[in-house]
Amino acid sequence: MSEAAARLPWGSKALALLRVGLSSAVAYRGEFFVWILTTNMPLVMLALWTRVAADGPVGRFGARDFAAYFLGALLVRFLTGSWVVWEMNFAIRDGSLRTRLLRPLHPFLHYAADNLAQIPLRLVVAAPIALALGLVAGPSRLTHDPVQWALLPVTLAGAWALVYCAMLAVATLAFFAESALSVWELWMALGYVLSGYLVPIELLPAGMRAVAAWLPWRYTLALPLDTLLGHVDRAATLRGLAAQLAWTATFLIAARALWTRGLKRYESFGG
Amino acid sequence: MISVRSLVKEYRVPVRPPGVAAALRALVHREHRVVKAVAGVDFDLRAGERVGFLGPNGAGKTTTLKCLAGLLTPTSGEVRVDGHEPARRDDGFLRAITLVAGQKQQLLWDLAPVETFALNRAIYDVPLDEYRRTLDELVALLDLAPVLDKPVRQLSLGERMKCELAAALLHRPRVLFLDEPTVGLDVLMQAAVRRFVKAYNERHGATVILTSHAMDDVTALCPRILVINHGRIVYDGSREALVARVRPGRRVTLRLSSPATDDALAALDQTGAKVTARSDHELVLQVPQRSLADAVSLALARCAIDDLTVEEPPLDEVLAELFAQPGADA
Repeated sequence: MSEAAARLPWGSKALALLRVGLSSAVAYRGEFFVWILTTNMPLVMLALWTRVAADGPVGRFGARDFAAYFLGALLVRFLTGSWVVWEMNFAIRDGSLRTRLLRPLHPFLHYAADNLAQIPLRLVVAAPIALALGLVAGPSRLTHDPVQWALLPVTLAGAWALVYCAMLAVATLAFFAESALSVWELWMALGYVLSGYLVPIELLPAGMRAVAAWLPWRYTLALPLDTLLGHVDRAATLRGLAAQLAWTATFLIAARALWTRGLKRYESFGG
Repeated sequence: MISVRSLVKEYRVPVRPPGVAAALRALVHREHRVVKAVAGVDFDLRAGERVGFLGPNGAGKTTTLKCLAGLLTPTSGEVRVDGHEPARRDDGFLRAITLVAGQKQQLLWDLAPVETFALNRAIYDVPLDEYRRTLDELVALLDLAPVLDKPVRQLSLGERMKCELAAALLHRPRVLFLDEPTVGLDVLMQAAVRRFVKAYNERHGATVILTSHAMDDVTALCPRILVINHGRIVYDGSREALVARVRPGRRVTLRLSSPATDDALAALDQTGAKVTARSDHELVLQVPQRSLADAVSLALARCAIDDLTVEEPPLDEVLAELFAQPGADA
């Protein structure tokens, strides 16, 4: 093919990537549904906290508020999760990254297309949870502000992008160290508390709440969740979106820098 | 098309002696040693050439190939491929090359090969009409029609390799890096792959650089040979000149209806012919070029011969001899 050959329009290129990505996701649906089954922590927390709240509300949270919160957390987690840290870490270490390095599409974009292609499958799983959330929460426990409803998909997309870029930054550490996945385990351990996954952030001690506001985790989960449940006003959502964007950019810049340096020392063993 | 100057590639390999004490020491101070996989390689390839890149395991073939394909960044030296610096991996470079390795795959394992082809069409920006034309050509050349819609995991190794070649060539690359492309294939499939690579080279004028331990691949495809040993090029030239340099002469194989007599063998020895294998029914001689006619005439006169063949010594024997020569690593 000549170098001067016309490029395909980005739209048709993206559609082709997403179509093949969806075919792959469908082929690996077994793995996907096993992952779904293992993502059950919010349901455990739901059972625990509704029991705690049975004797009286904890802060603003009664039993049904906790049920709505943790069903919402499960929903956000399903819609914004990614596997790229495991996939890229493995590809760097076993040399199979070679295939993506040889193609004229940056692996960051290729992995993103693979991830986004899973959206239809994720929606299949998310739909019954959204229905359960609607039934449990009722209109009174969801935001009434149409602007917040309009901002919700933006916060979800931003949460996905933040998780994805953080994963890229950690996965690229595999160029330098054997323990990139241990770093991700640390990220997850901190995120359990500081994102609102185990307990709503507003129930944390004041000092931890203040710390959480400056760290990235709350923008991966609590921001869309609080927007959905009407726990924050428009101004807070917009401030959250700005913080989410800043953290996403920070991780993307870090991932790019690590990628560039990492490739220079990459030994492509086995590949 | 390809130019390599003073290419050096070193790896830093961690040294970790056995034992708990060494493991604890490694926590605070990791020791490394430097392994020079490629130690100063120079060569040029013209557009459209087919070149065999040979050497024993660990000689530096695959490392050099990975430097040429942009997978490794050279420690020092200069590499240019089709006007690009491979380590920069710019779009124009990646669209101009392809790398096919016999033991690695780019095909999506649980999907039909057409899905990988469609993915590559999108990634390489191949217009639909050109994609259809190229795919039709590849399907015909490689006889792919029966396997296009089968999941890759259900294909035989040979079918998979043919699909790998098709996936790698859909964007019509100008440079083909082939790393052991026929490994594990049966003889018919090996021949099919060789025919295909030669046809692609002739039809599109692509440059082909091939590493293989299957000397039949090299003999069938590559008029020019680069031999690398201990990270250095020890030979660059035609296959015939290599054979003439390392093992001048011809191999003469006699199929005998009765065993050769000692007198006949002594007479053959007088011509300079050396017996390299002997049984009651077969005699294999290594004969210097200058006495070939004398030796063959003598054999026909003094031995009971059913059949006689004269051929170049096999390339693998020539290479083994080259690597065994003193100074072969310099």
